[in-house]
Amino acid sequence: MSDRSGPHVLTGTRIRERRLALSRRQAQLARAVGISPAYLNLIEHNRRPVSPELVSRLAGELQVPPEELAQGREEARIAALREAAAQPLPEAQAAELDQAAEFIARYPGWSQLLVGHARRAAALERQLTTLSERMTRDPYLLTTLHEVLSAVTSLRSTASILVEEEDIPADWRRRFHGNLNEDSQRLSVTAQSLVAYLDSFETEAAPLTPQEEVEQWLEAGALEDAALASDAARAMAARLAMRMQDDRDALPDLRLAAAATGQEGAGVPDPVMMAEGLRVPLDLLLRRLAMLRPPGFESAGLLACDASGTLTFRRAAPGFPLPRPGESCPLWPLYEALAAPGAALQRQVVTPDGRRFWTLSLAARRQPQGMSGPVLIEGLMLVLPEPGAARADATAIGPTCRICPRRDCPARREPSILAPATAAGMRAGITNLPDGR
Amino acid sequence: MGLDILMIEDEPNIAEAVRFIMTREGWQFGLHHDGAGGIEEIERHRPRLVILDLMLPNRSGTEILCDLRAAEDPALAATPVLMLTARGETTEAGSGADAVLAKPFANEDLRALVRQMLS
Repeated sequence: MSDRSGPHVLTGTRIRERRLALSRRQAQLARAVGISPAYLNLIEHNRRPVSPELVSRLAGELQVPPEELAQGREEARIAALREAAAQPLPEAQAAELDQAAEFIARYPGWSQLLVGHARRAAALERQLTTLSERMTRDPYLLTTLHEVLSAVTSLRSTASILVEEEDIPADWRRRFHGNLNEDSQRLSVTAQSLVAYLDSFETEAAPLTPQEEVEQWLEAGALEDAALASDAARAMAARLAMRMQDDRDALPDLRLAAAATGQEGAGVPDPVMMAEGLRVPLDLLLRRLAMLRPPGFESAGLLACDASGTLTFRRAAPGFPLPRPGESCPLWPLYEALAAPGAALQRQVVTPDGRRFWTLSLAARRQPQGMSGPVLIEGLMLVLPEPGAARADATAIGPTCRICPRRDCPARREPSILAPATAAGMRAGITNLPDGR
Repeated sequence: MGLDILMIEDEPNIAEAVRFIMTREGWQFGLHHDGAGGIEEIERHRPRLVILDLMLPNRSGTEILCDLRAAEDPALAATPVLMLTARGETTEAGSGADAVLAKPFANEDLRALVRQMLS
């Protein structure tokens, strides 16, 4: 009974409220945090306790600080107000954070309204980002619009001929009437499917690229008989499964779990020392830590890239800002590691919404075709959420320039749709262009 | 008698409308419906003008244009090309073409442009 009457009662309810506010399905959230939908249902109805680790994972998925789910209502309200204050408007005066509690006590309605608006703005921002990404990258949308354009071109030319040209032979006239009928039907069907597709934008984003499909497959447990939609995704998943098996053979689960358990309680874990102790290459260890997620690494994420900087593997740590495949932030330490192959770089990074992550990056070289073949470089970055205050030397990162709100970032390569860059910021970033303009 | 115009366009109804307009002007008009084999058709017919769609199956208009400009025969390589594109593609995809016309186009604009390029 204590589970029902203790602090878990509120935690479950808050989890449910937050999930519904984000319009996320219970099954989808459960899958994302690695538990069954039935178990999440029990938690949401305050019928099961929820561990701090699980609260942390849920908070990451629900995009709120863990404290807001776990602490008392009053503290959660203060945290919510602080979250709202962390999204300042350009040219606006900074909020008086030290008076948050007093503000809530004196004006509970106003504070609730402010928090509600801030969350709505954040949700709309996320939706705008998703829509913008889709509009510019979505192959289905581009193909369908091309189909519309072709039908419209044909309709316009054919209709103009029928109206403007004189003495059109009867057989041509019949043919053009047939073409008009055909094109108008084609346009109707295409327009309907386009509208249906655009309607789907209001629900959660569906996987669009093979890489996203593979990422979902991985998060769902990398099941052998899982149905992947595209041939490309199936090929990528098969290759990844083979590599995961090779890695598992080289560093079995039990051996890795035992080594990780030995690191527990020692503060920030040290994979470099772990690799030394296990006598395995560090890149193998980083991949295995992100796949097995042993004790101390339950929230680990991993990013991998090739020498061109293209991301070849992505497994997000909760709350880490991942853009759509093909895009990234040039300030991720992953890219710094490419410049110093073999050296393990430890960096703390801070996201635009103030989340902190500990990262360890490494670039490993290999020559699969022997000494006469090309040298391939693979960059890896292990990512772990890090509690506590940001260090002074933390690197300010983002997801990718187009959806990053940092206004004066020196690495900016294009304006953001969320916060247009200042002239100074663009001048700083523009020096990165290859022609040196 | 050789072709005045060879159009490479996979949309049959667009091609039919253009064929009607061009033949009414008295020009000899030929049509090829696929990106594959497009360059061979140009070599075979040696038209005075190629109307080339950008988005073609198997081989894009840009690739065909590159092949044409790289032809060993300088006269063939210099064949005038009118590229048909979607409006957003005009600046990038049209480079190398003698003229670019965005879809959907007015028949009169097409006629005037072809007349000018053939003169």
